[in-house]
Amino acid sequence: MPLDAQVLRSSQEILESQANLQSWSQGASLSPYEQLAMFQAEEAQLGGMEYPSLNTGFPSEFLPQPYLDGGGIQVPGNASLMQQLQHGRGNVFQELESAYQEPRPDLLGQFSMYQREDLQFSASAQHGPYMRDDPALQFSPSELGFMSFSMQVPEPEPRELAVQNAKAYLLQTSVNCNLSLYEHLVNLLTKILNQRPEDPLSILESLNRTAQWEWFHPKLDTLRDDPEMQLTYEMAERQKALFVRGGSGEGEQDMEEEVTETAVPNIMETAFYFEQAGVGLSSDESFRIFVALKQLVEQQPIRTCRFWGKILGLSGSYLVAEVEFREGEEEVEEEEVEELTEGGEATEAHGEEEGEEDEEKVTDVIPKPTWKPPPVIPKEESRSGTNKFLYFVCNEPGRPWTRLPHVTPAQIVHARKIKKFFTGRLDAPVISYPPFPGNEANYLRAQIARISAATHISPLGFYQFGEEEGDEEEEGRAGRDTYEENADFEGIPVLELVDSLANWVHHRQHILPQGRCTWVNPLQKTEEEEELGEEEEKADEGVEEVEQEIGPPLLTPLSEDAEILHTSPWTTRLSCSLCPQYSVAVVRSNLWPGAYAYAIGKKFENIYIGWGHKYSPENFNPSLPGPIQHEYPSGPEIMEMSDPTVEEEQALKAAQEHALATAEEEEEEEDEDEDEDADD
Amino acid sequence: MDAESLLLSLELASGSGQGLSPDRRASLLTSLMLVKRDYRYDRVLFWGRILGLVADYYIAQGLSEDQLAPRKTLYSLNCMEWSLLPPATDEMMVQTSVVKGRFTGDPSHEYEHTELQKVNDGEKVFEEEVVVQIKEETRLVSIIDQIDKAVSVIPRGALFKTPFGPVHVNRTFEGLSLSQAKKLSSYFHFREPVELKNKTLLEKADLDPSLDFLDSLEHDIPKGSWSIQMERGNALVVLRSLLWPGLTFFHAPRTKNCGYIYVGTGEKNIDLPFML
Repeated sequence: MPLDAQVLRSSQEILESQANLQSWSQGASLSPYEQLAMFQAEEAQLGGMEYPSLNTGFPSEFLPQPYLDGGGIQVPGNASLMQQLQHGRGNVFQELESAYQEPRPDLLGQFSMYQREDLQFSASAQHGPYMRDDPALQFSPSELGFMSFSMQVPEPEPRELAVQNAKAYLLQTSVNCNLSLYEHLVNLLTKILNQRPEDPLSILESLNRTAQWEWFHPKLDTLRDDPEMQLTYEMAERQKALFVRGGSGEGEQDMEEEVTETAVPNIMETAFYFEQAGVGLSSDESFRIFVALKQLVEQQPIRTCRFWGKILGLSGSYLVAEVEFREGEEEVEEEEVEELTEGGEATEAHGEEEGEEDEEKVTDVIPKPTWKPPPVIPKEESRSGTNKFLYFVCNEPGRPWTRLPHVTPAQIVHARKIKKFFTGRLDAPVISYPPFPGNEANYLRAQIARISAATHISPLGFYQFGEEEGDEEEEGRAGRDTYEENADFEGIPVLELVDSLANWVHHRQHILPQGRCTWVNPLQKTEEEEELGEEEEKADEGVEEVEQEIGPPLLTPLSEDAEILHTSPWTTRLSCSLCPQYSVAVVRSNLWPGAYAYAIGKKFENIYIGWGHKYSPENFNPSLPGPIQHEYPSGPEIMEMSDPTVEEEQALKAAQEHALATAEEEEEEEDEDEDEDADD
Repeated sequence: MDAESLLLSLELASGSGQGLSPDRRASLLTSLMLVKRDYRYDRVLFWGRILGLVADYYIAQGLSEDQLAPRKTLYSLNCMEWSLLPPATDEMMVQTSVVKGRFTGDPSHEYEHTELQKVNDGEKVFEEEVVVQIKEETRLVSIIDQIDKAVSVIPRGALFKTPFGPVHVNRTFEGLSLSQAKKLSSYFHFREPVELKNKTLLEKADLDPSLDFLDSLEHDIPKGSWSIQMERGNALVVLRSLLWPGLTFFHAPRTKNCGYIYVGTGEKNIDLPFML
């Protein structure tokens, strides 16, 4: 009942009463100081009408009583105030009184503060069932001086005590929030009473939730943006730019131009077919990739373009596009790159010359090492072999596309030896052993080259060799590296594609162990080098013979692929077993998990979505470090001796001094003798 | 991922590239509903897909009221007929730890493993080669159990623990905020906590006993075995496990959508320390 009265009161003047409540509840007359001190209300005094506040000046008569009674609550000095409170049960005027009482507690606040500290240390008297540490019970004798009131002390009944304790518990606030459960309930009930909805019990939960939400999540400013969402909004703006149709103006003419062929493939169709196979990104992501590719095509001179796939990384992923530039467009960038490298070489040569000059000045000639670095295998030309296509990557559709450099055979050879996750940043270093020649962009490019060579397949007959002119012998040795689409391709029935792997062929050249698709003899030197190093060449000839490396020729069927531990490297599946008439043939690579290909009728496509690593049933064994280098052989010109120790040096020094001393003495003696002789 | 929000969850988890074809999705929606009715589960999760050489296993799990109680695992080859798998035991784990390689896709397939066992024949002790047969079903059970124990993820606040013990789904979970979502410490392992008692008292003082009762992902060994990134223009946070590649956890910040799915070959990535 007392609670009801309070609710009534608060419903009428909610704001004021709240403040007052708090002040009352948290130990009336202590409230301002308590709030300042952020004191936990566990020891709160309840300022209810039936609960007289005790912390104000304490009459001395009441001091001993807590220890005697052991259960009663004392009524403190402000008898008039308290009595009014006590009698004012259910009285609306409580509020006025409390407002009136406000200043009074301040006077005694300081004492109550002092008293409060004391309370914590004094022992608590015997308590009733729900009583917690009632500060009122612990009085310090030092308050004696201020007791000037005498009043009667009506003891509250145990039930009232229980109610008061319950209310104290409800009025707790924690460190995290300033709102107590009591206040929240008061808010809630006020709301319900104000709005008077139908059937309030059923919507109590949602009302509760919304009230909590409003308190803890204040509405956003209309002027300021939410700082957390800044990055999200930026990305959204960037992606919005993708969807804007490029071009000067809109109009029918533009539409007609666009309807003609564009280099961008039909990504949505591919995505649809792959979805049948259970592979691929979601359709809205595919559409964003499509618009991003369209943007790429507009920016760069591209003849054909294809979405190669997605490589996952640690903090970001790569979307890869495989493109072919138009004739002649590509060379510009290539020259720039070459110029840079040449410039580097010039400075290096200069540095070496200076070094040699310095060496000559030194008296001891440092022996020149006989080790020569193995010959660098030249990288393949653009548009051939591993560098047949150019690759552009971006982290997310909307971000700018970055071009990946061409891959060198050394990078492919090293990429085979290491296994590293991609981080998502193209300039990240690849820390590995053997040290990878390049950064993440090069490693990415090397892996893309390996995956393409191993997993790009097409149905048998889609591509065929064109009519070649030239010696057959040469072709037989070098292998054909060009193919063209077969105009008469009729399509292979899906069931046959699934049944036999011989119906699929590789249409990318296999990469030889050397790192290239076409073999190059590393010992063969170019004309320039031959002129310079003729003498050296004669010495080397006949020492090493390198065998030509031969790989499977272009357009070999999948059935010829090597097995992985007795399992086939490819798995074929029908996309849907329930409707074989309309399903797609899907081939999944077991060697490169994530590589998929589908074919239906005359259409086919390859895609890779994965981490970019090869599957190996055994553990990865990192390369062992090289053998320990031999020491330089000790010969007559170079003899290694250990340095003399300190003792030896000192002994030598002492001996030298001694010798010097004896020599001087002898000279002196001689001189003296001479002098003596002279004298004589 | 919850069977109730299967379509949305699949869409959000599609960033890893592997998902389900439309026919599988349709069959899952119907069959999981029937599974829930037949087995009287409180919640049915679509756990994922294990790729085999010949066929794939589709795995679902059923949970009771108490979210941390042992779950029942079911598998199917066509997303329509589900068979209950036996619960995992330690012996199974030991037995199947010798099997390597891909799953075949045939649940009755038996792996053969030759062991040298000492056989006492009277007074003589000699070693005999014993061929142990391990069924693929056993291997499946143990792999699913290992993956669950190692890498199943739930965001902080999605579950809460009642004072009496059982763990319930938190219906007031509104999602993590963006700044919280980027930290690994806001995600927990969805299994009985192992490391919680090793925390210092100082750390424990900051924990909320109803929300922080599980192990966090922060202290996983090896460090860095989780890849956390934002996708979809910073509107979705995706955690991928590097120890069991194929496990993807997604969560859209400030919304309730979260879940994880495993689509992979079912093999642990033992080379992880070399790859980081």
